[in-house]
Amino acid sequence: MIDVSGLRKVYQDRGREVVAVDGVDLHVREGEIFGVLGQSGAGKSTLLRCVNLLERPTSGTVSVAGQELTGLKEGDLRRARQRIGMIHQHFALLSSRTVAGNVAFPLEVMGMAKAERARRTAELLELVGLADKAGAYPAQLSGGQKQRVGIARALAGSPPVLLSDEATSALDPGTTQSILALLKRLNRELGLTILLITHEMHVVKSICDSVAIMRDGVVEESGTISELISRPGSRLAAELFPLPEPEPGQVTITFTGQAGEPVVSQVVRKFDIDVNILGGALEEVAGLSMGRLRLLVTGDERAAALTYLAGRGLLVEEAR
Amino acid sequence: MTWEEMLPLLLESTGQTVQMVLWSTLFTVILGLPLGVALVATDRGGLFPSPVLNRVLGLIVNIGRSLPFIVLMIAILPLTRLIVGTTIGTIASVVPLTLGAAPFFARLVETALREVGRDRVQAAQAMGAGRVTIVGKVLLPEAMPGLVAGLTVTVVALISYSAMAGAIGGGGLGDLAIRYGYQRFETTLMIVTVVVLVVVVQIVQTLGDTVARRLARG
Repeated sequence: MIDVSGLRKVYQDRGREVVAVDGVDLHVREGEIFGVLGQSGAGKSTLLRCVNLLERPTSGTVSVAGQELTGLKEGDLRRARQRIGMIHQHFALLSSRTVAGNVAFPLEVMGMAKAERARRTAELLELVGLADKAGAYPAQLSGGQKQRVGIARALAGSPPVLLSDEATSALDPGTTQSILALLKRLNRELGLTILLITHEMHVVKSICDSVAIMRDGVVEESGTISELISRPGSRLAAELFPLPEPEPGQVTITFTGQAGEPVVSQVVRKFDIDVNILGGALEEVAGLSMGRLRLLVTGDERAAALTYLAGRGLLVEEAR
Repeated sequence: MTWEEMLPLLLESTGQTVQMVLWSTLFTVILGLPLGVALVATDRGGLFPSPVLNRVLGLIVNIGRSLPFIVLMIAILPLTRLIVGTTIGTIASVVPLTLGAAPFFARLVETALREVGRDRVQAAQAMGAGRVTIVGKVLLPEAMPGLVAGLTVTVVALISYSAMAGAIGGGGLGDLAIRYGYQRFETTLMIVTVVVLVVVVQIVQTLGDTVARRLARG
């Protein structure tokens, strides 16, 4: 649905070149929620703004819903943007317009007739649960309500794609959760593809199907969450399940979805070994129970036991 | 001077001042508003970036702003004659008043528009809005409280300028104060004129503040 390839963005800052995005490829599949995770300054915001060409990439191509945007002329690009929704960290609502007026704004831009606009606006406010706030001004709303208006506005033209620029970063934890739940619902009910950027692991954990980890303008790893977690040396796994640095001989097992099975007790019963659990973490991620255990395994059949665990589909990493 | 003698003079002069200020306000907005929009739009990173045009417009505005009004008024007498056909009278004074106030107002428009900030403009761009739409439906409406506040300051400045216009035969309250209050030692009239000016400025400021507050939602 969104394909970014070889994207580079170089700024000129007082005669110096600053490389914000340095050769990024992204492939966002239709109907998924794709998160780009990174610290501030990692280039994720620039990357997102390159997707709808708010920033023009220095090189590389971007295509959304099968249409390549990088080659479009201004008028065509404007029409293409009407099919790409976007929500913002600080909501970017028009303070001089009511809630309904804000949602109607993109419809005016599209040239929709007034009666049709009113009907569609009411429908959108219903969708985000703000039907009773149609006549209120943004200043009278809470942060969560403002972002709901932002979402309704972004969806006005029924775009297949939504870009989210740190949409929950300015919200408190409870409100963040309700906005994430709304995004997830829209993703399921409308088949909306969402590309979001965030610095919060929590956001990725709650709603993302796939994730790209970005640092210094480069994507360090990218893929579906279970794919990444079961990959040796995964940074995502290390950040999701923080465990201390392993000492030589200690074993780390990562399970993605097999958390319900009593693998540890089984392996102890089957082999002549002792297992000491040193640490562990379990998380509900992308609807699956995933986790990591740090074990100290001793005994004659240690090697065979580890092979058995790997054979059960667990990722077994041994520190040396 | 008795009140019976002062009243017609005061009424006539106040009428002339109001006339001068209203007309020059109208032309100041017609000239200064687009100029202020252009200053913002042609800036680097603006909607219609053009560094050369931006510098030229900035220079014009600065020249207009650096001339004291009394100097400007006399310097452009030929232009006034060209436009109005005469250099004397209330209508003739509208030309220097407008040229004096328009650059001032343009700077205030520029400041008000910059207050809107990039995020609302970019949000509109992300929705596929064109540049003219963004000026008309985002920048100007969102800056409206600031624009009204700027206009209020400009009108007050115009009232003060209009008093000087009296010096070249523009009439008005300033002219009255000079001819009667100063040259004929009519102290009572002088005081009454000052009071009328203060009241007029108060009314304008209060009105402007009220409208600006109404427009700033929340």
